[in-house]
Amino acid sequence: MNRLLAVLVLGIGILAGAAQAAEEGVPLQAAHVNLHDIASVQRGARLYFNYCAGCHSLEYMRYARIARDLHLSEAQVMDNLDFNGAKFDDPALSSMPAADAARWFGKAPPDLSLEVRARGADWVYTYLKSFYLDPSRPSGWNNTLFPNVSMPDPLWSLQGVQTAQYAPAVPGHDPQVQQLLISQPGLQSPQQYDRSVRDLTAFLTYVSEPNVYHRERLGLWVILFLVVFTLLALYLKHEYWKDVH
Amino acid sequence: MAATPADWKPRGRLAAWIEERLPIFGFLRRHTSEYYAPKNFNVMYFFGSLALLLLVNQIVTGIFLAMNFNPSAANAFASIQYIMRDVDWGWLIRYMHTTGASLFFVVIYLHMFRALMYGSYKRPRELLWVIGMLTYLVLMAEAFMGYVLPWGQMSFWGAKVIISLFGAVPVIGNQLVEWIMGDFIPADATLNRFFALHVIALPLVLLLLVVLHLGALHTTGSNNPDGIEIKDHKDAAGKPLDGIPFHPYYTVKDLVGVGFFLIIAAFIVFYQPTFFGLFLEHDNYIPANPLVTPAAIHPVWYFTPFYAMLRSIPDKGLGVLTLFAAVLILFFLPWIDRGKVRSLRYRGRSYRIALAIFALAFIWLGKIGIGEGTWIGDTYIARALTAVYFGYFVFLWAYTYFGWERTRPVPERVSMHE
Repeated sequence: MNRLLAVLVLGIGILAGAAQAAEEGVPLQAAHVNLHDIASVQRGARLYFNYCAGCHSLEYMRYARIARDLHLSEAQVMDNLDFNGAKFDDPALSSMPAADAARWFGKAPPDLSLEVRARGADWVYTYLKSFYLDPSRPSGWNNTLFPNVSMPDPLWSLQGVQTAQYAPAVPGHDPQVQQLLISQPGLQSPQQYDRSVRDLTAFLTYVSEPNVYHRERLGLWVILFLVVFTLLALYLKHEYWKDVH
Repeated sequence: MAATPADWKPRGRLAAWIEERLPIFGFLRRHTSEYYAPKNFNVMYFFGSLALLLLVNQIVTGIFLAMNFNPSAANAFASIQYIMRDVDWGWLIRYMHTTGASLFFVVIYLHMFRALMYGSYKRPRELLWVIGMLTYLVLMAEAFMGYVLPWGQMSFWGAKVIISLFGAVPVIGNQLVEWIMGDFIPADATLNRFFALHVIALPLVLLLLVVLHLGALHTTGSNNPDGIEIKDHKDAAGKPLDGIPFHPYYTVKDLVGVGFFLIIAAFIVFYQPTFFGLFLEHDNYIPANPLVTPAAIHPVWYFTPFYAMLRSIPDKGLGVLTLFAAVLILFFLPWIDRGKVRSLRYRGRSYRIALAIFALAFIWLGKIGIGEGTWIGDTYIARALTAVYFGYFVFLWAYTYFGWERTRPVPERVSMHE
């Protein structure tokens, strides 16, 4: 019986592993987000509201909640993050009308409240590092992870301008991007830029589940309680079962 | 089952007054401290009580979710985020519900596998098994409808695929699909009726089936890892020699199982609530959009073994038939398996090997079903595994019908292993 169980447990392990199997195509870079580095998440918030919030909304994220979770005062949030006159308790909506946005970009910029839950932190991190100049696109930009994306690179002034190096052409196929090179340096070095994208991804990870801090804090106590409960139950069972042979 | 002695009376005047008019205390006594269970239950016998615990968890958390959920196509998705972000403790209640749903299937599959290991479905427990299978069937419907409610991309497209299976019914197929959805695609009407069925109709049916399941169990008595009847050896007072009262012995033992189980559940709820995208899927964090089909559509993990069978068969009618047959054939297990020995401890070696292969085929099918299904090799493997799945029942019938099984001697009395 035990052997049978072991085989089953192994089988379930394989099943769990399958869920994480990597997607095809561009390999994702690990974001290494650390939500407990509050300074990193705060920097990410500042980047988000300076570079992303003009077009993208966080429909399910209130300014007040950001202040509470990221240890910021109301004044800090209102002065540094809220640029469109929303109230402290309001969600962080973009002020761009969706209909206009759809006309300008071909598609209204999606809400980013759940972006990390939908695509994963590594995807967001890799995506923001994969833009390159492509004169054939309406915006002049393309992305190796998200081919023919509508959004122009929002962070080019930080990262600099990336240009694609193509693999030798194969007849009958579209040219394949081999690697991306920075042809015009930005305000940040590659290391600094990686950190910025990591911070931004950290903020969006927090936004996709703002209860994360509460959840992880509470979990410790719940599990400690359950361990004590189980030990007591074991002791109780042992006492009651003394006379069963 | 030992009957309550006729002269038994509860202590206390009020209790006695009630007992004369409604013998509730005698009933409880008969089913707890007077219900004798075999003393040799092992770890596989924890899953019945755990399933009951999960049923209670789903109902209690479900009540609080229903208070804050908005069952309309326009607001359902946003109301889930309202629960997750603005409702006090909403995130915990929802994670307990979503984790509970997946763990319910883990527990039920192990509970069913236990029955296969020790022959718990065999005479005289055929009806107990059939009621259990009905419960499983209703649980599948309940889980499917619950999964549609958040109205994300997987909710919508999963609903579309699963409901369209009924289109394979000859003649009335298309009308049937429209009748189920109340529209031409899954829409507001679909969400509304699924909500009603999910929170009222199916839970009531589930509760009734669980009561019948327990009633049947307490009539025949529990099987055990040795697969022998403890009622065959009784003491002078008519109590089974190898039986112990369910309460307090198994209530305290099940408490230990509950403790270990809750520790695992708490790790998931608090530290891995999406369970790597298996319990809460990535695509379901994108609102339902009838105009955008996700790259890969598949149901949640607990349906994927059957889904893999469906997907590997190119003909829709045949695929749907296979899918339903795979579930329905389990109902007939007590009559397919004609072996007299119940427990795999004393059954033939081939039985044990066949059971292990059957379980692995089921798990492997689940792994294929959750994948994208674009690799042609997966299709062939899934077909082979489907044959293995059904082959198990054919083998089991032939093995026992023609008397090929070489069983080992079954002991008279139960043995304590662990």
